[in-house]
Amino acid sequence: MHELPQQLVNGLLLGSMYGLVAIGYTMVYGIVQLINFAHGEIFMTGGFGALTVWLMLPGGTTMWIALPLMLIGAVIVATLIAVGAERFAYRPLRSAPRLAPLITAIGLSIVLQQVVWAWFPDAKSSVKFPELPGGPFHIGSITIQTGDVFLLIAAPISMAFLGFFVKKTRTGRGMQATAQDPDTAKLMGINTDRIITIAFALGAAFAAIGAVAYGLKYGEVNYRMGFILGLKAFTAAVLGGIGNIYGAMIGGLVLGLAETLTTAYIADVPGMQQLGGQSWGNTWAFVLLILVLLFRPQGLMGERVADRA
Amino acid sequence: MRSRQLIAVTAALAAGALTLTACGSRNDSGGSAGGDSGNTTVVIGVDAPLTGDLSALGLGIKNSADLAAKQANEKKYVKGVTFKIEALDDQAQASSGQQNATKLTADKNVLGVVGPLNSSVSEAMQKVFDDAKLTQISPANTSPSLTQGPKWAEGQKARTYKSYFRTATTDAIQGPYAAQYLFNKAGKKKVFIIDDKKTYGAGLAGTFKGEFTKLGGQVVGEGHIDPESKDFSAIVTQVKSSGADVVYYGGEYPAAGPLSKQIKASGTNIPLVGGDGMKDKKYVELAGPQAQGDLCTSVGAPVESLPSAKEFIDNYKKAGYKDDYSAYGGYSYDSAWAVIEAVKKVVDANNGKLPSDARAKVLEAVQGVNFDGVTGKVSFDEFGDATNKQLTVYKVDGDDFKTVESGTLAG
Repeated sequence: MHELPQQLVNGLLLGSMYGLVAIGYTMVYGIVQLINFAHGEIFMTGGFGALTVWLMLPGGTTMWIALPLMLIGAVIVATLIAVGAERFAYRPLRSAPRLAPLITAIGLSIVLQQVVWAWFPDAKSSVKFPELPGGPFHIGSITIQTGDVFLLIAAPISMAFLGFFVKKTRTGRGMQATAQDPDTAKLMGINTDRIITIAFALGAAFAAIGAVAYGLKYGEVNYRMGFILGLKAFTAAVLGGIGNIYGAMIGGLVLGLAETLTTAYIADVPGMQQLGGQSWGNTWAFVLLILVLLFRPQGLMGERVADRA
Repeated sequence: MRSRQLIAVTAALAAGALTLTACGSRNDSGGSAGGDSGNTTVVIGVDAPLTGDLSALGLGIKNSADLAAKQANEKKYVKGVTFKIEALDDQAQASSGQQNATKLTADKNVLGVVGPLNSSVSEAMQKVFDDAKLTQISPANTSPSLTQGPKWAEGQKARTYKSYFRTATTDAIQGPYAAQYLFNKAGKKKVFIIDDKKTYGAGLAGTFKGEFTKLGGQVVGEGHIDPESKDFSAIVTQVKSSGADVVYYGGEYPAAGPLSKQIKASGTNIPLVGGDGMKDKKYVELAGPQAQGDLCTSVGAPVESLPSAKEFIDNYKKAGYKDDYSAYGGYSYDSAWAVIEAVKKVVDANNGKLPSDARAKVLEAVQGVNFDGVTGKVSFDEFGDATNKQLTVYKVDGDDFKTVESGTLAG
C-alpha cells in the first residue's frame, strides 16, 4: 500500500478528465433531457481540432505559444460541431418522442467517428500529439508527469468558471430557469433556443479542454478515443446525479478513483487475484455505479430540481 | 419517473452501441494484381486489420501478398493462371474475421488465404476454412495452440486443423528466446510482466515467464492492461515501486507505445521489452524520445539482412505502395507465394488445368512446398508450423528498431 498517494493522484487525474467531459452530458440533460451520445465524439473532434492547429503552426513553435492557440482551436472546432448538431440534428426533433433524438445522437456519433477516420490525414490509427517540455515533477513520493500539469490546472479553473457562470450571470440564471420549466421561462422572456445552444456550446468547450488534456497526457489522439471515454463520462454524470454540474465533477473523480484503486489493489485481496488488473477495473467501476444507484437513485449529488442547469 | 426510465433505456442503448461498433465492418477490396497471363483466375484471399490501430501491420500484409500475386503474373509463373488478391478487413475483431472467412469460402475461385494478423481472429476462422478445405496461411499468428492444439504446453501436441499453416514462429519459442536474451546477455534479473489478456499477449507473457523463472530470474510483479484504454497510471505506479529492472509486455504497439511512455515519464528509466507485435515504427513514435533502448523480438531473421529479401524490398518500393511492408511483409509474401507454388504444382500435375477439386489438391500441395522465400527456406512441419525457427532481437535506436542479434532458441 506504500504507493497509495501516487495511486490517489492517478485516480484524481483520470477522474478530472471524466469530469470535464461529463459536464457536457449533464448540462444538456439538465436543460433538454437529452442524453447526447455524440458528446464523446465532440470531445474527440476537439482533440483533432487542437492537432490541426499544431500541424498548421510553423515547426519549432514552443508549446507555451502553441498550447493556448491549440486550446482555442479545440474549443472552436468542438463548439461549432456541437452547435451545428443541436441546430440541424436535435432542434427539428425537439417535440418528437424522447427516443428519436437519442437514436439521432448515436447515429451522429458514428458519423463523426467515420468522418475523422476518412478525412483527417493519418487518422486511420493513433496520431501523435505534441508534448509539453520539462518535468516530471516530484513532490515527496508523488510524481506528476508534465502532461498532467495542464489537467491539474485546467479542471478546477473550468469548474470554478462554470459555477460562477451558472450562479451569477444573467445567461446562467436563464439556464436554471429553462431547466426548471422551459414554458414558463419562455413566457418570462427568456430565449430558450439560445439557452439550449449555449448549453451545447459550453459542454463542448469543456470537452475540448478535456481533449487537449487527453492529448497532452497520453501523447496521442485517435478517432475512437471519444467512445469509451464518452461512456465513462456519461457514467460519471449518472453517478454524480445527472443534471447537476457539481455532480458531474464529483462523479468523475469518484469513478476515476474507483477505477484506479481497484486496478491497483483488488489483486492483493486474498483469493481475488483473478479479478484484479485493468480489464476488471471497468467492471468494478460499474459495480460501484450500481451500488450507488441502489441506495441513491438520484446519484451522489442528487437531482435537485431547482438547481439543475 | 420518466427521466429514470429514460436513463434505463439509454443505458441499454449504450450497451447496444458497444456491440454495434464492435461488429461494424468495412470492406476494402483493394489490390488489383496486374498482368494477364492466362484465362483462369485464381483468387488469393487476404484477411488483416486494414483499418484501426493495427492497420500499419495489416496494410503491410495486404500489399506484400498483392506484390507476390503481381510478380507471379508478370513472370507467368503458372501458365494459364492469373492470380488476383481479394483483401478483406477484419479490424482485429474475431467476429469480423469469421464473417470474412465465410465470404472467402463462398467464392469458388479462392484457393488460398493469407492472414490474419491476430491469433485471436485466427481462432474464429480456422474451422470455417477447414470445413471448406481451403488453405489458410498466416504470416503473423504466433499463438502455439493454433497449430499444436490446446494442450501443447503439457506436451500433448495435436494438430486440430489440417488447413492451417503459418510462416511465423510461435510464442513457444519467442517468449523463451526473449527471456534468455534478457537474463543471459542483458543481465536483467527482476522483471515486471504485463499483458493485454488477448490470445497473443497472454501467450507470449506466459512462455516468457516460464523460461525467465527457470533461468533463475525473479518476477517482481504481474499485471494486465486493457489495450482500449490509454491510461496505465495504476500499473505504472506498481512497476515503479516494484524495483523491477525490466518490463516485459505481451501485446501490440498501440498500447505498448503509450505504456512505455508512461513508465518512463513516471521516472522509472527501465526498458520495455515485447514481441513481434511491438515491432513497428509507430511504436517508437507513440513511445516518444525516452523509448531509446526498448527491445523487442521478432520472428525470423531481419528481412533487410537477407540477400533473398533485397529483391523483395526493391520490388515493393518499385510497386509504389503507400504503406510500409512493416513487420510481416516478408512473411506475407512467402505465405502468398506458398499458395502460388502449390497452385503451380496442382496445375502442372493436371495437364495445365485446374482440377475440379482444386481446394483439396492445393491444400495437399501446400503441406509439401519447399522453396527459397524472402525470409529463408519456406516449408511446413507436421503441425503446419514453419520449419524456419530463426528469431531476432531488435532495439529502438533513433526513430526505428535496429537489429541487435539473430539466432535460434537454445536448449
